[in-house]
Amino acid sequence: MSAPVQRRWRGAAALWPLAGILLLALANLIYNRQFFSLTVKDGHLSGAVVDIFENGSVCMALGLGMTLVIATGGIDLSVGSVMAIVAAVAGVLMQQGYSMTVAIAAGLGAGLLCGLVNGLLVAWARIQPIVATLVLMVAGRGIAQLITGGFQVKINNAPYNYIGNGFFLGLPLMPIIATALYLAAWLWLRRSATGLFVEATGDNETASRFAGLAAGRVKCLAYVVCGLCAAVAGIFASANITNANPLHDGLDMELDAIFAVVLGGTALSGGRFNLLGTYLGAIMLQTLTQTMYYVGVKSAVAPVPKAVLIILVCLLQSETTRRWLGGLRRKKARA
Amino acid sequence: MNTALRQRLPQMVTAAIFVLLFAAAGARYANFASAANFANLFIGNACTGITAIGMTLVIFSGGIDLSVGAVAAFTNIFVAVAVEQHGVHPLAAALAGLAIGTGFGAAMGALIHYFKQPPFLITLAGMFFARGCAHWISTDSIDIKNGFFLQFSRYAAKIGGVPVHPLPAYVFLAVFAVGYLLAQHTRFGRNLLAIGGSEQSALLMGLPVGASKIAVYALCGACAALAGLVSTLVSGGDSTYGIGMELDAIAIVVIGGTLLTGGRGHMFGTLCGFLIIGTIQAAITFDGSLSSWWTRIITGALLLAFIFFQRLLLRATQKRLSA
Amino acid sequence: MAAAESSPLPPLLAMRGIGKKFPGVTALAGVDFTVRAGEIHALLGENGAGKSTLIKLLTGVYTPDSGEVRFADTVIRPASPRDAERAGISTVYQEVNLIPSLSVAENIGLGRQPGKFGFLNWRALRRHAKAALARLEIDLDVDAELGSLPLALQQMVAIARALDLQAKLLVLDEPTASLDENEVAELFKIMRQLRAAGLGIVFVTHFLDQVYAVTDRITVLRNGELVGEYATAELGRLQLVSKMLGREVSDEEGHGQGGGVAAKESSGGIPLLEATQLGRRGAVHPFDLQLRQGEVTGLAGLLGSGRTETARLLFGIDRADSGQIQWRGQPVKISSPRAAVRFGLAFCSEDRKTEGILPNLSVRENIIFALQAKRGAWRTISRAEQDQLCAHYISALRIKTGSPETPIKNLSGGNQQKALLARWLATQPELIIVDEPTRGIDIGAKAEIEALVAKLRADGVAVLFISSEIEEVVRNSTRIAVLRERRKVAELTGGEIELHRLLHEMAGVPPKP
Repeated sequence: MSAPVQRRWRGAAALWPLAGILLLALANLIYNRQFFSLTVKDGHLSGAVVDIFENGSVCMALGLGMTLVIATGGIDLSVGSVMAIVAAVAGVLMQQGYSMTVAIAAGLGAGLLCGLVNGLLVAWARIQPIVATLVLMVAGRGIAQLITGGFQVKINNAPYNYIGNGFFLGLPLMPIIATALYLAAWLWLRRSATGLFVEATGDNETASRFAGLAAGRVKCLAYVVCGLCAAVAGIFASANITNANPLHDGLDMELDAIFAVVLGGTALSGGRFNLLGTYLGAIMLQTLTQTMYYVGVKSAVAPVPKAVLIILVCLLQSETTRRWLGGLRRKKARA
Repeated sequence: MNTALRQRLPQMVTAAIFVLLFAAAGARYANFASAANFANLFIGNACTGITAIGMTLVIFSGGIDLSVGAVAAFTNIFVAVAVEQHGVHPLAAALAGLAIGTGFGAAMGALIHYFKQPPFLITLAGMFFARGCAHWISTDSIDIKNGFFLQFSRYAAKIGGVPVHPLPAYVFLAVFAVGYLLAQHTRFGRNLLAIGGSEQSALLMGLPVGASKIAVYALCGACAALAGLVSTLVSGGDSTYGIGMELDAIAIVVIGGTLLTGGRGHMFGTLCGFLIIGTIQAAITFDGSLSSWWTRIITGALLLAFIFFQRLLLRATQKRLSA
Repeated sequence: MAAAESSPLPPLLAMRGIGKKFPGVTALAGVDFTVRAGEIHALLGENGAGKSTLIKLLTGVYTPDSGEVRFADTVIRPASPRDAERAGISTVYQEVNLIPSLSVAENIGLGRQPGKFGFLNWRALRRHAKAALARLEIDLDVDAELGSLPLALQQMVAIARALDLQAKLLVLDEPTASLDENEVAELFKIMRQLRAAGLGIVFVTHFLDQVYAVTDRITVLRNGELVGEYATAELGRLQLVSKMLGREVSDEEGHGQGGGVAAKESSGGIPLLEATQLGRRGAVHPFDLQLRQGEVTGLAGLLGSGRTETARLLFGIDRADSGQIQWRGQPVKISSPRAAVRFGLAFCSEDRKTEGILPNLSVRENIIFALQAKRGAWRTISRAEQDQLCAHYISALRIKTGSPETPIKNLSGGNQQKALLARWLATQPELIIVDEPTRGIDIGAKAEIEALVAKLRADGVAVLFISSEIEEVVRNSTRIAVLRERRKVAELTGGEIELHRLLHEMAGVPPKP
């Protein structure tokens, strides 16, 4: 493949989820002519598209951190459990009368700590990422239950719940925060050399180390950021339902996060990452879920098309398929 | 250190942990060390144990299967609905359920092998798929009223003078026996360990790598399906059955001294891991003041401890060699 | 035919006119290789000679594009290692290709375990393994985990497995690379024993002493072509080295070539880095080395003589277990590449692909990477500066790339090499180590890189120049450290730097006065 073609292709990676979103939107229009219609209700925007952004925020936040971890060549299976821990920490603190600020700070701190544990296991103890993060995946929900005493915690803190349900300038707050996080992350990664370091570590760790990079620290940092993002997601989820549920918060969310990253064109093998792609990937997943809902598929069944989609994307990206397609193309060229 | 001893050390450590845990709980709680309670260790967790046997084989080969809980749920609800709502003969339904589970596992194995995809990703998607399909069949819980089925689920025996329903334990022990023979005494089992140890070398040694990998995921799917079937007998149809079961199964395997990255392990260890988890759960129940979530936390801590323990063992060997 | 003289039988293995091409490279062209039953045959050559390709063709990892392989008088075309094993060709690699986590007995029997009704007979398996080892006169606990044994024993187990497969030809691919002297002696004993039993053995090694100690015949390859086949007893050490390096040097001629830079000037700048008794077990014996500003120190030696190992010690990639390093007269610890870069060192690795390039990142990112890593994440290089740096180096080193934004994996080897040099030059190093900077690149690029080395020297940079092309070393160096069998054996300066003298030192044959 010649250089310019490849570059164009890389830039186009984010277009795939975009195309998927449009396709789904079209399908929706057939079932639901009001799909794109936006109305102003109680002084804020409402409609199917708004719902998609609002309900997709959790996955967006998780996907952000997951993108970095995957770009370094790792994986974080514990994000769902971390969400539960964070929600529990914040919920219990507010139940005891602490302010929202304290609750959020403590929640973020808990996420950071979880990320640090994962990061140290991977970078310092050199345990395989899957294995290392599995530990917290298993223990995390137990820890969350321990924090809440096994109960669900009702959250009555109005400002906190506003994060999950409120509006700003007529737009839902969660997607605004999520989008702002993406912008901040993008600025941080691309304005400093951190993004380059992350990509280099995932692309060729040995070469990066030999060029004088502290690749271990970069990996650790990625897990810490992933923990922080999981904390944000945990706050979103618990504020949205005004409830912290140690058994249910973030259940299976690690899957959605990984799917959003893969859909967005960041390869599981690490290296180049694409934040915009992940952002759109998260929206696409949510559009798919929402479409299922409109079509009348039970929400419990929605994982099926998701699973099919992700398998197809992975198979399309696999070496085997590429070789096969390449063989076809050559055959055609010869004919 | 004697090398043969070193190889068995992880299993011996697990066995010792089990004996110690059981003895400690027995000393602390009255009636804990009774025959009936010992039997209950096998009965209560039988389904998770059955999936752990299949999981052990998959982990031997350096893979992982995150779909077992969902496959168990699928079989569970599939059999229940087929028998109770469609009047299918229980045997036919059970066989069909097992066949679907096996085929599903084989399909995942084929994707993993032929498309060189990471096992965790394919089986994660498989988990979504199977769970979704389970919900699709029915989201109601279904009671078993079929007489043929009830014969099995009501089967009771007396152990130590206490009546119990030991069927799940029998199934577990049978699966364990088969799994043990497969793992320790057939070429298939040894090939799995070889593949997990070094797939490259296994290929160069001319072992059937592809067939073994596909077969092992099929086998793990079959174990998961069997666990689902047993759970139907025990508690009826429920599509939310087995959430988090894959993690318990993996924990059992790893606490049983099998290396999570593959290539090293023993089926006997899985039995010990199974009993350790059961003992912790039973002790927490007996205590009454401890909460159930401690099981997960302790499991996680044990998991971490074993991962470190295995690393240290490996490092000790390397150090001794380079010195 | 040569075979007819040494034995009345046809040769065990006859490879004729073997050719193999890879995209962009001809790995082998029309190579003949003959091994007779009951002989140990050394296969020698420097990097890129085609030894490993030839062995992979023989063992079924690759299939040849042209030529014919006759084995035991039938034409064979092994398509996999399994095929080759069935035909009777077994290979033991330096990195033992067995399963470290399984027992010795299992490793010997894997895939062919005795048993009934599908179940293994462990007792028979152990017995079988014991017998297989006993044939090599090795007594070993067959229940021991393979990975817990020293590499030498692991190799014995691999040999036992190979013989157990009824091998007629045994290929030993650098089996001695990580063995100590006693272990090598033990291996040789077994090799001789197998030779006496009528096996053909192909022996690949970097150690000339071992070639003379154990082999009967030698085949030398160079750049994918056959140089010749010789009886070991009739080929002198110096001649052998000359043939491997492609320099026909007799004892009488050869004076007068070389003395490239050295004869002209010996600048003698201040010593920048001084290593005293620096060494690492299994890598390189303790050595002294001084690298001075404005000097190019050549590091010469045959493949496997410890050149790269020396560079890795200096750059902090591997930890030294003896000796110390002084930087500008101060004792320092260089514990990681990161620390080395901070001191002002740079290391252009010989393994471009795994230790050099960041394949999917652009040429620009690859060039600025070391400088950015040195500066940290926050002291960024502005895009304008980056572009300027790239433009500068792309034109100065004549890097041919579509644009600075092309992924570096799309560049040719020579241009990748130049981009990596640019990466290090951008950090303005005081000492640069270049390991095989000219390997696998075209002649024009080679000349440019040599010119660059000269310019660096003129600018007062200390250069450690590692190359297996000895003329290049002679041409470019002001001082040459010679390594042989992982030991620094000589240091040549000034007028001593000439081809003939260097060859003698590398071969370990004292020059005639």
